[in-house]
Amino acid sequence: MNEPTPIDAGRRDFLRKSAIAGGGLVLGCYLKAADSAVPRVAKPSAIATNGEFRPNAFIRIAPNGAVTLISKQPEIGQGIKTSLPMVIAEELEVDWRDVTVVQGDLDPAYGSQGAGGSRSTPTNYEEFHRLGATARTMLVEAAALTWKVPAAECVAEGSAVHHPRLKRKLGYGQLAVKASALPVPAVEAVRLKDPKDYKLLGTRVGGVDNPAVVAGKPLFGIDVKLPGLLYAVYEKCPAFAGKVVSANLAEVKALPGVRDAFVIEGGTDLRGLLPGVAIVADSTWAAFSARRRLKVVWDEGKVAGESWDGFAAKARAIAGQPGAEVLRKDGDVAAVLVGPVQTVAAAYRYPFISHASIEPQNCTAWFRDGKLELWAPTQNPETGQKLVAETLGLPKENITLHITRSGGGFGRRLIADYIVEAAAIARRVAAPVKLTWSREDDLRHDHFRAGGFHFLRGGLDAKGRLVAWHDHFVTFANPILKDGQPALQPGSGASLSGDEFPGRWVQNCLLEQTPLECGIPMGPWRAPGSNVFAWVFHSFIDELAYAAGRDPLEFRLEILGDRDVVPGTGDKGTPYDVSRMKRVLRYAAEQAGWGRKTFPRGQGQGIAFHFSHRGYIAQIAEVTVSREGALKVDRVVVATDIGAQIVNLSGAENQVQGSVVDGLGTLLFQELNIERGRVVQGNFDEYPMIRIPDAPTRIEVHFLKTDYPVTGLGEPALPPLAPAVCNAVFAAIGKRVRQLPLARTDLRWS
Amino acid sequence: MSQYTLNINGKPHTVDAAPDTPLLWVLRDTLNLVGTKFGCGVGQCGACTVHLGGTPARACQTPVSEVGRRPVTTIEGLDPKAAHPLQRAWQELDVPQCGYCQAGQIMTAAALLKSKPRPSDADIDDALAGNLCRCGTYLRIRAGIHRAAELADSKKKSAA
Repeated sequence: MNEPTPIDAGRRDFLRKSAIAGGGLVLGCYLKAADSAVPRVAKPSAIATNGEFRPNAFIRIAPNGAVTLISKQPEIGQGIKTSLPMVIAEELEVDWRDVTVVQGDLDPAYGSQGAGGSRSTPTNYEEFHRLGATARTMLVEAAALTWKVPAAECVAEGSAVHHPRLKRKLGYGQLAVKASALPVPAVEAVRLKDPKDYKLLGTRVGGVDNPAVVAGKPLFGIDVKLPGLLYAVYEKCPAFAGKVVSANLAEVKALPGVRDAFVIEGGTDLRGLLPGVAIVADSTWAAFSARRRLKVVWDEGKVAGESWDGFAAKARAIAGQPGAEVLRKDGDVAAVLVGPVQTVAAAYRYPFISHASIEPQNCTAWFRDGKLELWAPTQNPETGQKLVAETLGLPKENITLHITRSGGGFGRRLIADYIVEAAAIARRVAAPVKLTWSREDDLRHDHFRAGGFHFLRGGLDAKGRLVAWHDHFVTFANPILKDGQPALQPGSGASLSGDEFPGRWVQNCLLEQTPLECGIPMGPWRAPGSNVFAWVFHSFIDELAYAAGRDPLEFRLEILGDRDVVPGTGDKGTPYDVSRMKRVLRYAAEQAGWGRKTFPRGQGQGIAFHFSHRGYIAQIAEVTVSREGALKVDRVVVATDIGAQIVNLSGAENQVQGSVVDGLGTLLFQELNIERGRVVQGNFDEYPMIRIPDAPTRIEVHFLKTDYPVTGLGEPALPPLAPAVCNAVFAAIGKRVRQLPLARTDLRWS
Repeated sequence: MSQYTLNINGKPHTVDAAPDTPLLWVLRDTLNLVGTKFGCGVGQCGACTVHLGGTPARACQTPVSEVGRRPVTTIEGLDPKAAHPLQRAWQELDVPQCGYCQAGQIMTAAALLKSKPRPSDADIDDALAGNLCRCGTYLRIRAGIHRAAELADSKKKSAA
């Protein structure tokens, strides 16, 4: 790695100082105030009456020495239930084997409990250090008072406080009562550990639920069991948000095992309670079976006129026209592209896709005495509670929400439609009821990653330098009312930023966007926007590099240039640290042997990088394409810079490997077609997902440790994979992939 | 509704169910053995894999009326102490992410190891191709099966 530049050194100094003064300041510099949970730490301690030491809402130490740590964020496979408690345990100086991690229910005492945007780590990291350190300080003080020695002579280690000179030791359990009586020390009086002394952080720690996972113990939302539990299904209109006209309810109610069947009127909010028919039965199978006999007459509305082919034709028709919105205009692209430059033009497109989390949406709800209790696999419990409160007219305090483990999230479970459906059904049933979506429900009533069309032009000067860049992005938007006026709201992740690379880097740059109005539900899908923009832009940059006869790495380094940090545009813009990106790019290239390896035809390397979720990631893919057109990804080299500390090395590697595999599966296979306002595909036989034979042979993960704040890893390693692989395909056989999924491109060669 | 006596994890269980009820829902709803998971309902994802007469089967595609006397083994019955070499290897290598598919992966892998105690990567890819992992833990699944093969081998050697 390069020597730190003077600016790096300054930052490091600042980080260290801030850590001493209370590291929350560091976060405050780059996160919005709302992200920082700092005030919670100063909260008075909650001293338990059962002899437990409870210095804050997240830590309990019992007199027998058992340590319980609360995980406030939902566990969706990102590993947060292991990693954030590790941070507390590190500062608390407890033996990890003494720790039990418990999932917290939705509770304002914990602060924000959403799991999305790779934010759980950066928004909690510093605070969780101080939670652990504060408790440790109190335990040390309790021991010092017991031994009548200065606290500075005491050492906390291995769930105990030691006095080395007196050779005395008191376990944390023995100190619990005494520590409980102490005041919570001021922030300034709590010293955080020096990172060089970390024993747990940065090591490989297995997921805390692994023993239960491999034993098949109940963990997930769908595993919830309650006395007298009933089972429900909810049929919605195949065309998005259609209304119920009539249904054969009497016939369905007479079917075996069926307790009730009723229409829920619902509303028009795509993220809310949509109209449908509920069937409640004695078992999941009785409900599923009855549903096959359900006949509903729907009012499909105007969405029934929408189709992917129709949208694609519209996009082609407006491609050459000026965009509805100009997102960035630097210099004069139009003038440059008619001048003495080499112009390259290409059109890229990608389809709507589903999250397809492997646990179908489900929620268990129990309505009793005007109060509602919910068990939900959710990424966003606050949203679920709020939606239910507003829809059913219940006060929030009458809604309890238990967060279960989620069988995958990927952004799907940020939307709470399935929670409000379960709640609305439960309100009509005098028993707890579990709503289970079928896979078909899940694929067809997702909040989809939006499809899109990009019409690109680039200009190269006589020296092969990129001097002009133009993208007309045709995207999708839902009609909404904004201040009482009709407006179009682009789907989540379906809006381009004027700062999207190489915006801010090319002297003549025009980024335009035109939304197509649609009634298709859209939502955040792992690394929203980035998951496709990286593919489009790094594929086209590659086209330009080849057109210029330049090495794709060297061409990219030239575009990045010599600036250190490029500021964002406007209030909401994000600064982009060029030196961090160049470092991961060069590191990946070095590890992959870029430019030093030669490949026979049919094999090649491709490169891409992307900055998102505060992480800097570069990837190089090596592929083999057979003459018959079969693609195998032999090797992926990933270099990441996500800051000063990897929390759980095993979990972090798992996230990167998973992002590579997920990125590859999406690239290779995923595609939903839309006809007559509905999704055509219903299950995995029609919607293929990546399987083990298509997983890369090798994925090499490199974490470059820098002095920057610690950031999240659930998303940023995904976006560069697709362009790296497609660029490798081009290097191997000279075919450019401009349409997703890749399975649509014929890769045969001779 | 009909009555069926099933041999599950070495014990007889008598259940009342409609004949077309998939074994999956008998396990999950009636017997509260929820380690066997619902993922697709059409035999495409493998999350519901159990052993039926010693062979991997999709519980969502197996009507309870067709189980008969064949013994059923679920993830809960794979090993009395949940210490099958695969279960140990999965923890040692921290294979799971969300974990939802892993019972199905382990059940399929257990059958593979029975027929091929030292499988190659290609054997693993062939045998496990019916089990989706949405989180993409496939590389760790490969490594986990190799590790389990080693663990089983050393156990055999120490027993000998």
